[in-house]
Amino acid sequence: MSELATETWTEVCRKSQLSPGTGVCALVKGKQIAIFWEGISDQIFALSNYCPFGKVNMLSRGLIGDFKGELMVASPLYKQRFSLQTGQCLDDESVSIPTYQVKIEGDAIKIAA
Amino acid sequence: MERIIVVGNGMVGHHFIDQLIQQDKLGQVQVTTFSEESRLAYDRVQLSSYFSGKTADDLMMTSPEYYDEHGVQYFVNDKVIEVLPEEKIVVTASGRRESYDKLVLATGSYPFVPPIPRPEDKAAEENILVYRTIEDLEAMTKSGENSKVGVVVGGGLLGLEAAKALKDLGMETHVVEFAPRLMAVQVCDGGGAILRTKIEELGVKVHTEKNTKEIVAGENTRYRMNFADGSSLDTDMILFSAGIRPQDQLARETGLELGPRGGIVINNQCQTSNPDIYAIGECALWEGKIFGLVAPGYSMAKVTVDHIAGEQAKEFAGADMSTKLKLMGVDVASIGDAHANTEGALSYSLSDEARQVYKKVVTNAAGDRLLGAVLVGDADDYGNWLQLFLNDMPLPVAPEYLLVPSSEEGAAAAMGVDSLPDSAQICSCFDVTKGQICQAVRDGATTMGDIKATTGAATGCGGCSALAVQVMNAELENLGVEVSNDICEHFAHSRAELADIVRVKKIKTFEQLLSEHGKGHGCEICKPAVGSILATFWNDYVLKDDHISLQDTNDIFLGNMQKDGTYSVVPRIAGGEITPDKLIVLGEVAKEYDLYTKITGGQRVDLFGAQLHELPKIWSKLIDAGFETGHAYGKSLRTVKSCVGSTWCRYGVQDSVGMAILLENRYKGLRAPHKIKFGVSGCTRECAEAQSKDIGIIATEGGWGLYVCGNGGMRPRHADLFATDLDDVTLMRYIDRVLMFYVRTADRLQRTSVWLENLEGGVDYLKEVVIEDKLHICEELEQNMHHVVESYQCEWKSTVNDEKKLARFSQFINADEPDNNLQYVRERGQRRPATEEERIQTIEIVEAP
Ligand code: SRM
Ligand SMILES: Cc1cc2nc3c(=O)[nH]c(=O)nc-3n(C[C@H](O)[C@H](O)[C@H](O)COP(=O)(O)OP(=O)(O)OC[C@H]3O[C@@H](n4cnc5c(N)ncnc54)[C@H](O)[C@@H]3O)c2cc1C
Ligand code: SF4
Ligand code: FES
Repeated sequence: MSELATETWTEVCRKSQLSPGTGVCALVKGKQIAIFWEGISDQIFALSNYCPFGKVNMLSRGLIGDFKGELMVASPLYKQRFSLQTGQCLDDESVSIPTYQVKIEGDAIKIAA
Repeated sequence: MERIIVVGNGMVGHHFIDQLIQQDKLGQVQVTTFSEESRLAYDRVQLSSYFSGKTADDLMMTSPEYYDEHGVQYFVNDKVIEVLPEEKIVVTASGRRESYDKLVLATGSYPFVPPIPRPEDKAAEENILVYRTIEDLEAMTKSGENSKVGVVVGGGLLGLEAAKALKDLGMETHVVEFAPRLMAVQVCDGGGAILRTKIEELGVKVHTEKNTKEIVAGENTRYRMNFADGSSLDTDMILFSAGIRPQDQLARETGLELGPRGGIVINNQCQTSNPDIYAIGECALWEGKIFGLVAPGYSMAKVTVDHIAGEQAKEFAGADMSTKLKLMGVDVASIGDAHANTEGALSYSLSDEARQVYKKVVTNAAGDRLLGAVLVGDADDYGNWLQLFLNDMPLPVAPEYLLVPSSEEGAAAAMGVDSLPDSAQICSCFDVTKGQICQAVRDGATTMGDIKATTGAATGCGGCSALAVQVMNAELENLGVEVSNDICEHFAHSRAELADIVRVKKIKTFEQLLSEHGKGHGCEICKPAVGSILATFWNDYVLKDDHISLQDTNDIFLGNMQKDGTYSVVPRIAGGEITPDKLIVLGEVAKEYDLYTKITGGQRVDLFGAQLHELPKIWSKLIDAGFETGHAYGKSLRTVKSCVGSTWCRYGVQDSVGMAILLENRYKGLRAPHKIKFGVSGCTRECAEAQSKDIGIIATEGGWGLYVCGNGGMRPRHADLFATDLDDVTLMRYIDRVLMFYVRTADRLQRTSVWLENLEGGVDYLKEVVIEDKLHICEELEQNMHHVVESYQCEWKSTVNDEKKLARFSQFINADEPDNNLQYVRERGQRRPATEEERIQTIEIVEAP
């Protein structure tokens, strides 16, 4: 997840637009990126919005929580869980999805993609 | 290969064959069975449930397929009329001749009809009946259709069951008994008196000490029964239930030894006077006794299987005739020597006329062993007392304290299952001991489902299930296994416990519940479950900031997500009734947004393919036209299916559409552990399929019949009849209570059908809670429901009026574009998602230069 030279920070939205415990989707350079605000630990995560199982762009609409301490999102269609930290699928070792770096400046949420 | 012929395919004959199958002995023997009846074995014990909604098919205990699969030969409608013991051949009414090596007579018994002078014509054949077979039930139903009054002759166990059946058929019902009290065999005077009061309260008229002299044609009714004391009774239908007689005619003609008053004499191996012929079940006479219950017959079947297989056979050693039943909703139980006939026996009794409960215990002279007991009105002590009796255990307290368990001394009488010996029989239907249940647990069983599958316990009458659960849990505990029904890793509580915590501590948010009673961050299991519980009790707007993160995607966007990530739109169409104008609006909206349109299985219209940003616009239009959300996405009330009912239908007896709309509007906001569906039919033809719904209502002349806990779907279940002849207000009151009790106590994602099947005590217990208010919670349940009804809001209406909430309804937070991944093709004039193949083709076309 190192920041590559070609990646630049894009402001996608304001934190005040979000609700804790939920996700939204942002369009960054043609990529659909799901952004989650985990309320209890007050962290923001960004990962691909595309669910490789359902083959649909909708992970941002999944429920988040933890599985044995690992923060995760559960896909809305068939309920596979993905780590918010690493994008690793927790139900199928062979699958993982891209994650993106996030930084918060004031109220602005910025993504490197 | 040895050939076995089983004469009679009743409960015991079938059990014998099934034992051979279960014990894998069919490789060694060839089995043939004959039945005089038109179908294979069915559950005679549950016969009365036919009148509360069970069908002949529901009662079947086996099937032609099952017998075929295991190579069992069977002939129905073919009575065995002759046995040639020398040649070892049986001859049947149809002329079939089959040879045997071993013959098993399982011919059962027949109802005794006293030789009373009576009309002997076709009408008498149709209206003077007995109660033993499915054909008898059909005849009763038919006669019931044109009879107003029915009399049951015989006030024993079966007679009272039959009386219940007549009551269910809507007749004015009388019971005529020769003895001075009801159930003379099982209960004593004190118990009989309370039983009588209770049964009369239910509207059945009881006439004791009546000896019927003759049956003659009646004046205003079909018949008049004249009694020896000069009195008489007018009736349209007469049902004899005056005892049973062993069916021993074939044995008699074969020359087998019979008892002086009938019955085929057998030894401890169940052999008759001819060692190659066995007799089992109600036709057999052992030590001068006939056993009129199914469990002893099953034991005989087992003994016979062992003996024929030449195994170290268990001997038949008699059977305990203790019984516990619910007769017309009244608990009645009798154990051992109920009449204190044993020499020196002492009896203690308690007759509580206020609670209408009668209890009696019979002990030995020393007062430290239980010899017998009678319970009427409240039989909760039956299980414990039976164990004290069967295992000859020292009484834990002085006998008089057994009668008053609410006292401190009495409390000590509730013994733990640990004190039972391993040999204690827990399930008498299938002769399962405590030791066998414990062994099953040691072999890995952890649920009642496992116990049922491995030992058969609790799969018969079900009377032992509470005790079996206790034995299982105690053994699990002994093994150090934690019995966990925790909802997930974040809460060490079941859903029902969480519901109690939320309700009692008035917890309003998930965060509060998690911090006070859970750990971690929650997950996709506990969040929606708690969301549902909070909604049940407080009924806030589900998208309120506190709750929004709890909702599954369907609830969060108030629509069901489809395979391509778009949503469906299902407005409520209560009862399936819709005006042409509203129908036109649905068409217009669907056309404008190019939504795929389909009539659902729930009598309404589903519009598919709406994108996130389109949902609020679509719903605004629908709301303006007077529609509301249909909660197709929620674990909540879906539809109340109706038939057109008395408004148009020539058979309808009540306004089923009106009732369906009323109910749908009443319960539409209720969040529950799973979805809930209703059906309301305007007459017994049942066009709304109410008996396959969670709550089913069928109109009758006298009001509404309420059925509960049916299910379609993956594992269909017929709903149970719960109450009859209800007026509108009582109907709703019962539904309020049933549903609230369900939402409080069910597990996550448990439909009412599964909930009921797991509810200890089953539908009878549910009736006690809801109708008799056994737990004293009915008022509270009604208040809870009242709150839900009063605080209803259409979630879509609240959402389209809230700017901030509307912001969520777009594919991107930072761009005004749709999802570019969506692709459609047209089929039969409508739009549908492109299949994967079709997508690849489209992409190729796009990319080709
Ligand atoms: C649309 C509809 C099929 C249709 O085209 O007719 C339908 C569609 C779905 N059904 Fe159904 N069921 C529909 C009538 C039924 C019926 C018939 C009925 O209600 O009379 C049944 C059997 C009756 C019953 O529930 O007892 C039925 C039994 C199920 C089940 C199995 C439930 C069970 O207890 O076994 C599921 C799965 C579940 O809920 O876990 C299910 C689940 C679903 C889901 C939610 C599957 C899913 O998760 O995506 C479908 C969502 C469709 C949508 O987006 O709205 N659907 N489903 C029907 C909508 C009725 C309505 O107006 O609300
Ligand atoms: C309404 C009702 C309620 C009951 N409730 C209970 C209860 O709660 N608990 C309990 O333990 N018991 C109960 N019983 C009793 C229980 O049903 C019987 O004990 C049980 O059915 C006996 O089984 P069986 O196989 O011996 O006889 P059956 O089930 O009567 O089977 C005998 C079969 O053999 C057939 N047959 C007879 N002669 C011939 C022949 N020559 N050729 C071919 N076929 C022949 C008959 O037609 C019949 O089908 C109840 C009975 C009734 C009627
Ligand atoms: S039956 Fe299956 S495929 Fe058809 S609507 Fe119901 S859930 Fe969907
Ligand atoms: S005692 Fe009847 S099922 Fe166990």
